[in-house]
Amino acid sequence: MTVCVNRYRCGYCGACVGVCPNAAIELVETWVSVNDKACDDCSACVSICPIGALEVRGE
Amino acid sequence: MIKDRYDLVVVGAGPAGSSTAKTAAKAGFDVLLIEKRQEIGDPVRCAEGAGKKGIKRHVKPDPRWISAEVKGSRIFAPDGTKLEISEERSGAEVGYVLERKIFDRVLAEQAADAGAEVMVKTPATGLITKNGQVVGIRGRSLGEAVEIKAGLVVGADGVESLVGRWAGINTTLAPSEIETCAQFLLKGVRNDDHSEFYLSNRLAPGGYAWVFPKGDGMANVGIGVLGSRSEGGMPIELLSRFVNDKFPSAKVVEVIVGGVPVCGPIERTIADGLMLVGDAARQSDPLTGGGILNALDVGVIAGEVAAGSLEEGDVSREALGEYEKRWREKIGVSLERSLVVKERLVQLSDEDLNTLAHSIKDRNISKMGLFGMVSLLFKTNPKLLWSFRKLFKSKG
Ligand SMILES: Cc1cc2nc3c(=O)[nH]c(=O)nc-3n(C[C@H](O)[C@H](O)[C@H](O)COP(=O)(O)OP(=O)(O)OC[C@H]3O[C@@H](n4cnc5c(N)ncnc54)[C@H](O)[C@@H]3O)c2cc1C
Repeated sequence: MTVCVNRYRCGYCGACVGVCPNAAIELVETWVSVNDKACDDCSACVSICPIGALEVRGE
Repeated sequence: MIKDRYDLVVVGAGPAGSSTAKTAAKAGFDVLLIEKRQEIGDPVRCAEGAGKKGIKRHVKPDPRWISAEVKGSRIFAPDGTKLEISEERSGAEVGYVLERKIFDRVLAEQAADAGAEVMVKTPATGLITKNGQVVGIRGRSLGEAVEIKAGLVVGADGVESLVGRWAGINTTLAPSEIETCAQFLLKGVRNDDHSEFYLSNRLAPGGYAWVFPKGDGMANVGIGVLGSRSEGGMPIELLSRFVNDKFPSAKVVEVIVGGVPVCGPIERTIADGLMLVGDAARQSDPLTGGGILNALDVGVIAGEVAAGSLEEGDVSREALGEYEKRWREKIGVSLERSLVVKERLVQLSDEDLNTLAHSIKDRNISKMGLFGMVSLLFKTNPKLLWSFRKLFKSKG
């Protein structure tokens, strides 16, 4: 499982970074980058996204 | 040119970072203010409302960054019951509607005028530590890796703050501790210079919808939803619905999204060689979501304490305890108070919210501040708002 970012939808606001318990997400200017190794698929970022740009996807 | 050592490195050029940098630079210290974006203040993540007095404490009002001045506020209960507050009092909450793209840059310019170095397109990517003490930052500047040593580092990196976490301070927000927001800048909104707040679980679960006038038929119209009651994309969907209902002919000229910390004061905002300021320190108001003025005010405290500690040559956690103490004295009580009110309000049903509004709608509330209204609500509805009692005892 991994968190996928729809970059065409993302508003790069950083809300997902603030709620990630593993500090696995970083907002690099307009680019949300997810560190798959640190991510534990809790999906807090998915529910918090105001614009629905994140989803957890199976392999 | 960027140097490899500064007295103070401030990460993030929002209101908190610029205020800190300006204060420390004015005191004569060598300050670097870094910002990862290439344009300070853009994209905006704010409804741009701020009290006039609070703004004037920091910067001389300038029409370049004041979009509108509001005359008062209206709060609407779910059934439409209206509570109206006039300007002199509500001015403490909303007074100006700013143009933050310009406002934030002006604040950074002020830091530069005071002598601080400013670098944009320069993200911090980690901390340099020595024997457990923060002694600098790692980052990138225009794509080149940089290492910059610092006597002291300030994390003013907003809601997405990582600086604190790199230093072992847990600033993670639980979903119930953040409002997730979407906002449109609308053209073609008829308004009469009042800001409006709409409470309703249907419109904005655990949050509220707002309309802040920006002049010329423009307005910031947005919605905040409590994170624990949201799901991916809910704020923008609810906002579209609200706008279609209320302003069917208005045009969307900008889309804004963002999160506001509403957790109240966190346990620790300092480490050896490091302080956190503004949204990074979760200093935004848990009830209103306002954070600009706290960021500016606390930035001054951080800048002063930075100057003092650098002067003394002691940036240990103990020495920086002065910052922790002073910012809590300044805004700790109001953050705690707002937290108590917010925690109860988000539990109330629309029916309860209507009951509250009816109970005071014929009272003379127009000159009351927000807290005066909270106090009246408690007196009128002690059962419903029993948890507020701790706000009013132990004074007499
Ligand atoms: C939708 C919405 C509406 C709001 N409405 C209001 C309102 O009406 N009134 C009000 O008072 N407040 C409001 N707020 C809150 C307000 O916007 C914030 O409290 C305020 O901006 C906090 O200032 P700050 O300087 O702490 O953080 P920010 O303004 O977020 O600044 C942080 C800066 O740090 C930069 N940064 C982050 N990480 C790094 C890094 N690693 N390296 C370098 N730079 C970095 C960011 O790019 C950013 O520029 C609202 C917030 C939202 C989301």
